[in-house]
Amino acid sequence: MAEKKHVVIDPITRIEGHLRIEIDVKDGKIENSWSSGTLWRGIEPILQGRDIRDAGLLVQRICGVCTWAHYEANTMSAEVALGIRPPTNARLVRNMINASQFMHDHIVHFYALHSLDWADVAGALKADPVRANELAHQFSKQPYNASVEHYKEVIEKLKKFVASGQLGPFSGAYLGNKLYKLPPEGDLIVISHYLDALYVQVILAQMMAIYGAKNPHPQSLVVGGITSVMDMLDARRLGQYTSKLAEVGNFIQHAYLPDIDLITHFYKDEFSEGWGCGSYNFLSYGGFPETNDWKAEYRYLPQGVIYDRDLSRVEKVDERHITESVVHSWYKGPNKGVYPGEEDTIPEYTGLNDDGTLKKDGKYSWIKAPRYKGKMMEVGPLSRMLVGYALNHNNIRELVDAYLSKHNAEPRQMFSTVGRTAARAIETFYIWYGAHKWADDLVANLKQGDERTWTRFEYPEEETNTSVALYEAPRGSLAHFVRIKGKKVTHYQVVVPSTWNASPRDEKGQRGAYEESLIGLPVPDTEEPLEVLRTIHSFDPCLACAVHITDVDSGKIKKFKVEV
Amino acid sequence: MTSSKDLQGYYESLLKEVDEKLNDLYSKETEEEFNQKLKENGFSRRDFLKWASFLTATLMLPPAFESRIAKAAAIKERTPIIWLHMAECTGCSESFLRTREPDIATLIFEQVSLTYHDTLMMASGERVEKHLDEAIQRYKGKYICIIEGAIPTKDGGIYLRVGSKGETGLERAKRVTKDAKVNLAFGTCAAFGGVQAAHPNPTGAKGVHDALGIEIVNVPGCPPNSVNMVGTLLHILLFDKIPPLDLLYRPLWAYGSRIHDYCERRAHFDAGEFVEEWGDEGAKKGWCLYKMGCKGPLTYNNCSRYRFNQGTNWPIGAGHGCIGCSEPNFWDTMAPFEEPNDESGIRIPASKGVEAASDEIGSFLAGATAAAVGIHAAGSIIRAKASKTSQKESE
Ligand code: SF4
Ligand code: SF4
Repeated sequence: MAEKKHVVIDPITRIEGHLRIEIDVKDGKIENSWSSGTLWRGIEPILQGRDIRDAGLLVQRICGVCTWAHYEANTMSAEVALGIRPPTNARLVRNMINASQFMHDHIVHFYALHSLDWADVAGALKADPVRANELAHQFSKQPYNASVEHYKEVIEKLKKFVASGQLGPFSGAYLGNKLYKLPPEGDLIVISHYLDALYVQVILAQMMAIYGAKNPHPQSLVVGGITSVMDMLDARRLGQYTSKLAEVGNFIQHAYLPDIDLITHFYKDEFSEGWGCGSYNFLSYGGFPETNDWKAEYRYLPQGVIYDRDLSRVEKVDERHITESVVHSWYKGPNKGVYPGEEDTIPEYTGLNDDGTLKKDGKYSWIKAPRYKGKMMEVGPLSRMLVGYALNHNNIRELVDAYLSKHNAEPRQMFSTVGRTAARAIETFYIWYGAHKWADDLVANLKQGDERTWTRFEYPEEETNTSVALYEAPRGSLAHFVRIKGKKVTHYQVVVPSTWNASPRDEKGQRGAYEESLIGLPVPDTEEPLEVLRTIHSFDPCLACAVHITDVDSGKIKKFKVEV
Repeated sequence: MTSSKDLQGYYESLLKEVDEKLNDLYSKETEEEFNQKLKENGFSRRDFLKWASFLTATLMLPPAFESRIAKAAAIKERTPIIWLHMAECTGCSESFLRTREPDIATLIFEQVSLTYHDTLMMASGERVEKHLDEAIQRYKGKYICIIEGAIPTKDGGIYLRVGSKGETGLERAKRVTKDAKVNLAFGTCAAFGGVQAAHPNPTGAKGVHDALGIEIVNVPGCPPNSVNMVGTLLHILLFDKIPPLDLLYRPLWAYGSRIHDYCERRAHFDAGEFVEEWGDEGAKKGWCLYKMGCKGPLTYNNCSRYRFNQGTNWPIGAGHGCIGCSEPNFWDTMAPFEEPNDESGIRIPASKGVEAASDEIGSFLAGATAAAVGIHAAGSIIRAKASKTSQKESE
């Protein structure tokens, strides 16, 4: 029997923010795991006493990737507290901006941050362009930017890149690792789309700016409505939005979805064995209100809770069942979960062990442990697609079934890293489709002569009840809990998607979703924890990045021979 | 503030230096080699010259620089960059990624080497840690260090710990900035502390200059426009020199005038035509947002000239006031964002047709900003002297 080995992985790269994972490895498999957020910024105390109209702009600085999400979730919870709803136009424009954010987030996440966990640069260099072109046509009738010529060019580019010693983002990559499963031609197809996605993300950012002012950190949302009324009334703006939508749709249908099929095909064992999903319960608050009262049943993204992977039963969400526990988090608090409406955020840092590892029996993360009815939950695209599937909501079941039948797979296989990655791609297409609808609805509403973009409101003299708008961000369920008195915020708590997924243990010792999902995964070489990264990244722990900047460090590449 | 006379002197000496260097390094061969490289990347010589003139204009350099930029780009050597993330939201990295101004900049950047960047690196854990140590050693005194995010300093900086040894952000920033050729603070967090330094600043977050007391070039904005980040970096790369800075160490080419000075709604300000409520008739007509809290008259930045996302839009274009995101402590001093700042001393034209005395406003503000941050008015043009004076009154 091999020795148990403890491994610290910090920093985890290609994510937003600062994350550490520690694992115990025995016989080449993960036996135990811990997830720790290593940065605390104290945003919640900073919000106390601020003007409620400033809070949205401030909380969007929680994250520079899904900046619209926090901005809108905050604004909606303020609107709940004030007892108002924005007019139809504002709801539709918000959905359109949000759609651009979802597509941006998912595409950038998959290509810039995740695709290199599936596709090996070393493979792409060896690929045969003719066969790559054939393979691309096997997975799509009109594959995106695919031709023998183009693939030749991409290989040339990569070869030059490697030969010059400028590995850039690829430096230190786990080249040739055995856990990579695509044929060289598959590696090439995905990596050529990696490069294309750099261009597509700029288009998507522009799409957000049309009604949102700019990206990142848009600035046209206010409590009660939106400010971009001139853009909304300008038909050319709509034309820009829909033409960019078409351009992006081309990429989603002819690059993103086929690439997911390609990956599913070659990682079919991991898919059917259910690697990388330790979660049993799935939560979605529902997003994109389709009616002005924001009723949960009429949201474009569905609302519900699934327990024990049972897709025959979906429970409605009641936010009163949300609690957060800080037993293993660096905050003061009781030995049990507390409703965010009653909770404080008072740091209590207890440090690390002398050897720099986490104090696993005590507090070990800046992330709290949220629970629903005391249970750990996974949130994100997989949860939303599963809830939608179980509820037969709009056409989500058809989309998921179409994907499964292509691969001769059963619904239970969605409980895996491959399934989580596929769910995100399916959702991207679903949101793209929705964006057309909101654009059409906007035109129809404007035609009726309705130009309203804002609802007037009064400030409460007495402190309001704790108010929350349940919201879906690209990475999962997001809730802002707020109380207001006069113009001022008197209480603020945020429970973000990554808090659910990256959660540490709670008072009962239940692991969070990252921690649970790593158990049992193979790590044949602890210096190259590829499978850990693949699974952790599949949750999209935020951020997106990939600059056209390269690295002169040639030390690492020596051990990897390229024939130029 | 640097006066326009000082600037002229600076440009004259810069031009001389650049010419001397170019004489030594530039040759027909370098040009041909570079032309070849352009071709391989799908650009024509004409595209390239257009880019050089765009950059000259963006950096507000005299036209004489156009040909020098073209030459300098062809011979420029690779400069390693180490990009550190402190307490931040990664919005600055995100903004940097949106650059397309124009695409040739991307090509030029391929000659830069991003030696370390958390959010980009393939590998994780120990391997990147080693990579960082080696990079600092190998490029000692040669690399550019870019910091994104504020540095938590309270309780010994424990609110941010990175790496398997749990190094604090403070220790890490000290270690990496020490041997850099130039240190750049990208974003308001790195420049002035930003959002986590807003009252009551629970983690004692500070901008790099305040936390470490080192010389710095600040490129604030929350996040800064990619134009400002890329432009400042290119200025340093092409001329091997820091651009002229203001008293807050911000490059004058980008932060030398106010949003209000070039705002597309300015005529309405002068005419006394204001939006009074979101979505009202004035809002539909694009009237001035001053009464809705616009901080454009208090804010030094170039958004009104370049807009965002390849000129797609910008906050005032989208009907929202400016929130002053490139000014120190703006979360506290510019708030509430939807109300005018009573103490600013701005006189609103009382009725239609009255012109505002904009010069008066400008000089009042320049004084006010400098006083508010307690910085001595002695910064030299090229290199702002490292000042131990705290930029924040709060501490
Ligand atoms: S300056 Fe703004 S955008 Fe940049 S890291 Fe700080 S909060 Fe994020
Ligand atoms: S106050 Fe604001 S909107 Fe009005 S002219 Fe000045 S910068 Fe523009």
